[in-house]
Order: sequence, then C-alpha cells, then structure tokens
Amino acid sequence: MNMAVRTPDPKKLIKGATGDWEIIIGLEVHAQVSSNAKLFSGASAVFGAEPNMHVSLVDAAMPGMLPVINEECVAQAIRTGLGLKAEINLYSVFDRKNYFYPDLPQGYQISQYKQPIVGEGKVLLDMPEGVVEIGIERLHLEQDAGKSIHDQHPTMSFVDLNRSGVALMEIVSKPDLRSSEEVKAYLAKLRTILRYLGTCDGNMEEGSMRADINVSVRKPGDPLGTRCEIKNVNSMRFAAQAVEFEARRQIGIIEDGGKIDQETRLYDPGKGETRSMRSKEEAHDYRYFPDPDLLPLELDPAWVEGLKANLPELPDEKKARFVADYGITPYDAMVLTLERASADYYELVAKKRDGKAVANFMINELFGRLNKDGKGIEASPVTPDQLGAIVDLIGDGTISGKIAKDLFEIVYTEGGDPKKLVEERGLKQVTDTGAIEKAVDEVIAANPDKAEQAKAKPTLSGWFVGQVMKATGGKANPQAVNDLVKAKLGIE
Amino acid sequence: MSVDTATVRRVARLARIKVTDDEAERMTNELNSILGFVEQLDEVDISGVEPMTSVVSVKMRRRQDVVTDGEDAEGVTANAPVSEDNFFLVPKVVE
Amino acid sequence: MTDLTSLTLAEARDALKAKSFTAVELTDAYLAAMEKARVLNAYVTETPDKARDMARASDARIAAGKAGALEGLPLGIKDLYATKGVHTQACSHILDGFEPTYESTVSANLWADGAVMLGKLNMDEFAMGSSNETSHYGSVVNPWRRNGSDVNLVPGGSSGGSAAAVAARLCLGATATDTGGSIRQPAAFTGTTGIKPTYGRCSRWGLVAFASSLDQAGPIARDVRDTAILLKSMASVDPKDTTSVDLPVPDYEAAIGKSVKGFKIGIPKEYRLDGMPAEIDALWQKGIDILREAGAEIVDISLPHTKYALPAYYIVAPAEASSNLARYDGVRYGLRVPGSDIIDMYENTRAAGFGAEVKRRILIGTYVLSAGYYDAYYLRAQKVRTLIKRDFETVYAAGVDAILTPATPSAAFGIGEKADADPVEMYLNDVFTVTVNMAGLPGLAVPAGLSAEGLPLGLQLIGRPFDEETLFTLGSTIEKAVGTFTPKQWW
Ligand SMILES: [Mg+2]
Ligand SMILES: [Zn+2]
Repeated sequence: MNMAVRTPDPKKLIKGATGDWEIIIGLEVHAQVSSNAKLFSGASAVFGAEPNMHVSLVDAAMPGMLPVINEECVAQAIRTGLGLKAEINLYSVFDRKNYFYPDLPQGYQISQYKQPIVGEGKVLLDMPEGVVEIGIERLHLEQDAGKSIHDQHPTMSFVDLNRSGVALMEIVSKPDLRSSEEVKAYLAKLRTILRYLGTCDGNMEEGSMRADINVSVRKPGDPLGTRCEIKNVNSMRFAAQAVEFEARRQIGIIEDGGKIDQETRLYDPGKGETRSMRSKEEAHDYRYFPDPDLLPLELDPAWVEGLKANLPELPDEKKARFVADYGITPYDAMVLTLERASADYYELVAKKRDGKAVANFMINELFGRLNKDGKGIEASPVTPDQLGAIVDLIGDGTISGKIAKDLFEIVYTEGGDPKKLVEERGLKQVTDTGAIEKAVDEVIAANPDKAEQAKAKPTLSGWFVGQVMKATGGKANPQAVNDLVKAKLGIE
Repeated sequence: MSVDTATVRRVARLARIKVTDDEAERMTNELNSILGFVEQLDEVDISGVEPMTSVVSVKMRRRQDVVTDGEDAEGVTANAPVSEDNFFLVPKVVE
Repeated sequence: MTDLTSLTLAEARDALKAKSFTAVELTDAYLAAMEKARVLNAYVTETPDKARDMARASDARIAAGKAGALEGLPLGIKDLYATKGVHTQACSHILDGFEPTYESTVSANLWADGAVMLGKLNMDEFAMGSSNETSHYGSVVNPWRRNGSDVNLVPGGSSGGSAAAVAARLCLGATATDTGGSIRQPAAFTGTTGIKPTYGRCSRWGLVAFASSLDQAGPIARDVRDTAILLKSMASVDPKDTTSVDLPVPDYEAAIGKSVKGFKIGIPKEYRLDGMPAEIDALWQKGIDILREAGAEIVDISLPHTKYALPAYYIVAPAEASSNLARYDGVRYGLRVPGSDIIDMYENTRAAGFGAEVKRRILIGTYVLSAGYYDAYYLRAQKVRTLIKRDFETVYAAGVDAILTPATPSAAFGIGEKADADPVEMYLNDVFTVTVNMAGLPGLAVPAGLSAEGLPLGLQLIGRPFDEETLFTLGSTIEKAVGTFTPKQWW
C-alpha cells in the first residue's frame, strides 16, 4: 500500500482535541455492467421486472446447471480497465466465494479473487487545489446477488432473484483519498468515465453503482489506523456524509483513549450516522477456490487491441483538447466534459464558432435552465442548431446579450427557429444611430437636473444608458447608447 | 494435522449442517482418519509444479450477449417448499 | 416374450429394424422384468406410462421409416440425471419431491435418437459411495451371488442401480456417471461393461454435480458393442457446458473387432499393490496374454504418482462437493425442515436431508478449503494432480496407446460387510480407477473372468484423451476371448 504517497494537506486535516487528524479512505465500487444478459446466463439483466421473471435455471441454481460466460461483459470490463489506464490481465480466473444467504442461490458468488481481469490503474480528480491522482488497485468481474424483501410479512422474507447473476465490476481504489470532497469527486469522476465508456449507466438510485467505503484516521505521519468498512452506500452525498461522520466517530473514540474495532458498518442517512452491522459479524470464511465449472479466462491480445482502438475519447483527453482547440478555461472544459452528451453537444455548437462564447452560453444559460427543470442534456428542448443560431445572433450584433436570454427562453419553451423569431417578434438590436440619438435626446430632455450632475460625476452616465435601454425595449445596441450618452452629456 | 471436536463443530457450522454431540464426536474420528490418509501427499515434491486448473486444454467458450432465458417465474418457483406471488419465502432475515 | 430381454442392445436394434417385434413389445418385456426384480432395488422410480408412450412413438417412427440410432430401445437413467417432470433426487432426501422442469443434455440426446425411458436408477447419494449403500432409497442388491450362497452383495457404486439393472436385464443399457470410478467399479462388480469417457466428451449440463472437475457421464451396457453404441448417442459438444469439448463424435461401434496389431499396451508397475488378491493378479495376466496373442505389444511402464491419486482425490472431490452441494438449502426446491431462524432452517434441513457419507465429505471439503488450510490441502492436491496427469502424458508421448490394469482390487462384497469399517477402507475400492478421473482420461471396464467364488472380475483399459475408439477395440478383443457374463436369475 502506498500510504506515504501524499503529503498531508493542512487544509484537509480534522482538528481534534489532541491535534490534527488525517482521514485515509479507500473505495470499493460495485458498478453494474451494461449488458443485455447476465454474466453467466441468458436471462435479462434489465432492471425492474416482476419477481423472478429475469431468472434462468442457472440463476436459480437448479441442480445440474452450469455457468457460461457472456463475452460482452468481459469486453465491458476490459473497456473499463482501459478507461482507467489500467493493465489488462490476459489470464484471469473465476473463483467461488462460499457463504450461505437466501439471495445467493448457489451458496457461492462467482468472483475473481486471486487473478482479476484488470490490474493497477488510476483516476484523476479535478480538485480546487489542482489535479489529484487516485490509484486503482484492481477491477474484477463478479455476480450480483438477488434481493430479499423483509417488510412484506411478519415472519417471512421474500426472495427475488432478478438481480442474481447480473454482472458487476468491482473497482477497488488504493487508500489514496483524504477527504469527503475527494470521495464525492472520485465517485463523480468514476461515474463520468463509466458513462463515457458505456460500460455502466452509473445510476446510483437504481443501484447500478454502490460504494463500500473504508475509512481510518491517523495523526499525520503515523502508520495507518484500523479501518472500518461502510457497506453499500448508494449516493455521492451519503458517501460524503458517511465519511465525515465515521472519521469524527473514530477520532472521538481514540481521543477518549479507546480503540477502533475493525468492523463492517452501515450508513443510516436518516440519522446521519454509521452503525455496526453485527448480524454480518459472524466469522466469515469464504473458502475461495477456482470455480471448476469455468476454465480460466484467456484473452486474445488482438481482441483487447481491437477494443482499445474503438474506445471513445475519455473525459481527461477531451478536456485537454477543448482547452487547446477552443481556448476555453480548464474549469469550463471540465464542466462541459462531465457528461459525454454535453461534450458532444458543445462540439456540435462550437465548431466554427467562438468556443468561449458557446461555452459561456451553454454553462450559464442552457445548463442553468436544464438544472432548474431537473433535465439532462439529452432531454434539452433546445437543439445544438438552435443554440448555435442564438450565439450567432449575438455574435453578429443582431441581438444583445440580454435579448439573447429572452430569445433562449422562447426557444426553450416554445421552440422555433431563433432567426425567424427575432424577425417575427421584433427582437432585433437597434443600431440605427438616428433612432438611438432620438431616444437619448428625449431622456436627457426629461431629466435636466441629472444631466447637469452627470457633467461633474461621469459615472451617472450609466443611469442614462439604463433609461435609454429601457425606452428602447432593450433592443438598442448598448455600445452605441453608451457612446451617444457620453457625447451628448459632454463627458470626455 | 488432526482436528478436535470443536473444529468439527466450527466446520459443520460453516457448512450449515447441525450436528449432535454424538455425531460431532464420531465425525471427529472419521475426519481424522481421512486427514491421516491424505497426509501422505506431504511426501510429494511439488516445488515448481503448477496446480491443475483444467483437465482438458481447451479455450473457454463464451456466450453472446443475447437474452435467451427467463420469463418463467412460475417454472423457477415450481419446486419451492414455500412461495407466494412467485417469490421464494424464507424465515425472516434480520440484517 | 420374456426372452426379448436376453437380446443385447445391438441385437434388439437390428430386430426392431427388421420388424421382428415392436418397441412396445420390447418395452413391455422390460417393464415385466422390472416388476419381477424389485427385490434388487435397482430402480427408484419406474415410468411405465412414459415408457409405453415413447415406445408407441418409436413404433410410429419405425413404420414411417424415420427411426433414430436408438429407436425403441428401453434404457434406465441414473437418478443423477435431470429428467423433465420425473423424480430426480440424486437418491438424496434433500431433493425430496424434486421434479425438474428441464432435461439433461445427455438424456435428451438419447431421446432424440429414439430411446425409451424405463425409469430412474438407484445410486449412492449424490454419487458418493462405492457400494450403493448410501442411497436414501436403500442398497441395491447385486444380481450376482457367490457360489452356493444367498448372501446379498453390493453392486458397487455409485452407479450401482445402473450396473445391477443392466446385469439383471432390467434395461438394455443404462446411463451412469463416474467421478472416481463410479462407472467402472460397479461394471466390474456386476460383469457388465462401462466406459468413463474423456472429461469433456459428454455434457455435464443437467447432471446433479458432485465434483465438477471430475464428473463424467458414460454408459453401462451388456457388452462392449452396446457400450460403444450408447456413448455415440450420449456424447456431444454442448453450448451450455463450457467444459464440454468441440470435437466430432466418432462412430465408436466401428472400432469393435478391429485388429490390435501394433498397439502398444502399457502395464504400470505401480498398480501391483501389496496384498492384492492372487486372482486379481491372475486376471490381469490373462488380459495381458490375450492382448499379446492378438498382436499387441506389451511394455512395462511406470506411473510414479499413482499412489497419491486417491489421497489427492479425497481432497479435490470433497472440496468441490462442499461448494456444489451448498445450493441444497431448503429455499428453492427439495426438503425444508423449519427452524427458529434462517440459519437454523439451513442447519436443520441439511442435517436431515444429507446422509452420513455426504455430510462427511462436505465437512472434509469445507475443512480443506477453510482459512489457513487451502494451501496445505487443496492447492497441494491440485499440484499433485498435475503430476499425475504428467505421468500419463509421459508414457503416451513414449508411444503407449493404452494402459491395462485391474478395474478393482477385489470382487463384490456383502451388503453391510464394511459398515463398521473406517471410511478410508471403502475409499480403497477406487484405487485403480481414480487416477483416470484425476487425469481426465477415458477408462473402460470390461469383464474378464470370474473369481473363485463365482463373482465377476473386470479389467480396466485407460486411453489417450479422446481416444475412446482404441479402448473399444481393445475391450472387444478381450471380450472376444473371454465371452460375456450373465448372473443366474434367483429373484
Ligand atoms: Mg469487496
Ligand atoms: Zn464485490
């Protein structure tokens, strides 16, 4: 373990009664593989079906059933490994992890234990203080379990095996994270990468991504403390809250002279606290051994190369290219590349246009509006063509920035061709100096006192500009108004 | 290596098989007899030998990502000792 | 009509083709014989209605000129094979009442070729045993008895029901399975022929699993030809079994009666055990002489790790079994014994559902895989397995075509005779057969004579991977010299 890799950042330390504490965090993320069928059976992997409908005889562990691996799930794991800049192991092995649980029909989970399909890699986080590199320990393929429902009956649990056998990627980070912000950023970045690759939909509400969070604390420079594992956290916010609570709980215990027990804990979002899962504490002995029903998974290097060649551009690369090609800031580039669909949208609009103007308009207007409606970019009522047309209208001076906002709102709610809308609704910017001059004269004539004052206090000219804009319904060219007001008032 | 009755009880618990005191004692003797028998493997020089992973040398075949199975909840639960609405029912699990 | 059951499978096939009698008549003859032989306890379930339906369908296909390779031939199926809608319990109480909604690939292959199912055959519980005494349905009685004795003997195991049914003419042939000798040992104990094919030759899909890396399906039949005919139908590559092998299935019957001239037969010195009965040694010598006289070259070979096969087997097989049998938990099928909570339910169910031998192996398997012991037991055993396989590869690379050994260290013994013995003593029954499973090779058991007490004794032929044909050629050569063996009917 690379416990000494990062120098403690004073800003991230937690103040305790006995001094500063450093939080050490590692994550195991279970990401559901996007596939039609399950990892070892031909049943559907799609979420949400009537009980036990997406279940084959293999998933129900009927006597004599055998697993046959789904090639696409293997390909997805490899794509993900490549996206994490990780080494792909051309030889990997499926083991059985043996334990009894009603939602585990075989009595074992098929998982990769000693020889996973993907080895070490990394994830880069864009933190306010700069880029932070988080090491990936490994990624392995395994089966999901079924679901037990406990609230349907006073004495019985109901078991539904629809999830049983769905392919999961378990992505294990190194203990490189140091704060709840980094945990959030890591989960967000991982989700972005998976969604770019199309290997996991990243839908945390439906359980497509779940995190087990290992937390320990230490005084900076000390060896690693005893860790607790917080199981199955299914939102980024809860993950951050759980880390905060757990770190403070551990610090409290140690500062009171206690000792941390290595244990499995559960985060209760209602109470905002973690608690021990005593029921899971019975001594585990998983008796891992290679699954004798499955031969080792041997990959053809050419096949892996083919997958690599067809990999989409990933967020880090895309971000760097946006900065270079469109001259936008790294921050804007990061925001635009969070979702592949946003990045694609941006590029459609930004090609042959002013990249900065497009980025500004997208981030401030489009994203803001979509956010308000809780919509994703895929559901945007404004198409890239429409947005591009609006930006063009600003660029060639046809409309002002303020009118652009109104026009955007019209296009967003009513649709239509922005160019035509400008014509039809008379939104065109007035550049005719005669008309503007007339308006300026009228405002000055109506406010002689203020005009007099402005000569001594030139900043008052702004008030006149505002009045003229109001009088022209915002359609006057603000620069022209500004120049004329100053000239008429005799300010410099 | 040999096992004691406590070990046999622990292993039986892992294997989810209830054993009586008599059984535990009898099984301790039987297991020790078998473990004594397999002990002769210790005399084999296994240095540098790879463990067998598959007895036939073939490449593992893979299935295509096509849904070919399922949609038969009734068949899946047909043999269940206790079921309701196509769920399997078990004594309540406390988490 | 009773004498219809005296025909071999090949003879019955040809007679049906010649329309000498109908499939229904043949089936009825077997159903009558089964009824008379219930004292042998070979069948755990008879399926007369299904049998007659299938026979009628066969007659229709024969009349229409659409007969399959096994059209109208009545067979028994080991209870380890999943048969749709029919009792499938691996002769365990824990699968109480289980009727699968699916059919095993191997049995489906047989039905596709027109065969008729007579019922499900008794066996050791989950195929764990060498005497068929561990079945939940009671012991099978060997149709053979010692000269002048009416003591009931075991038929061997675990395919004891299959072997007894074939020997007593309660079916034309039977499916069986072999994990450590479960086809060859009972075949040897009952004067029948059985082959464990190369691992991967037959699909394991729908076979209740015992030890996945060792289990193989195969037939037991009255003679070598019948065995070859059945294997041809049973074998196939199966997309549902990743470990089944994609090789064409040869016409095994064509290998019967071919010349053995030029074949190099290895005689492994490690199979000459201390204290081996003289008559077993003599039988082996007889086999050597027969093959030599038929033109084969006999060479002494060494398989130095032979003695470690059985101890390694008793780590690998129980380890895999402990995991394979975890699914019997009272949740989705079979027995459930209530308990105070879920764990109690599991423990009660598995305590009541599994017999003593199965529990013993689950516990051994659980122990050798448990934390701290994996390397010392399981990993070591799998390395020894590599060495065992390497032994065979070495002699085959040196030009040996097949290996001849005794099939068992003794003839059949009495039911209950070894009840108080150490479990290891029973395990020694498989000392000659288990190496073959550990190396994944094909092995044929062929009867070669009778003991002084009048009980059948068998020889074993071990072949190269996927070279079952050589075994059929060699086996038929021995059979031609010694004839076939039929018990006197006393039941
Ligand atoms: Mg984990
Ligand atoms: Zn996992």
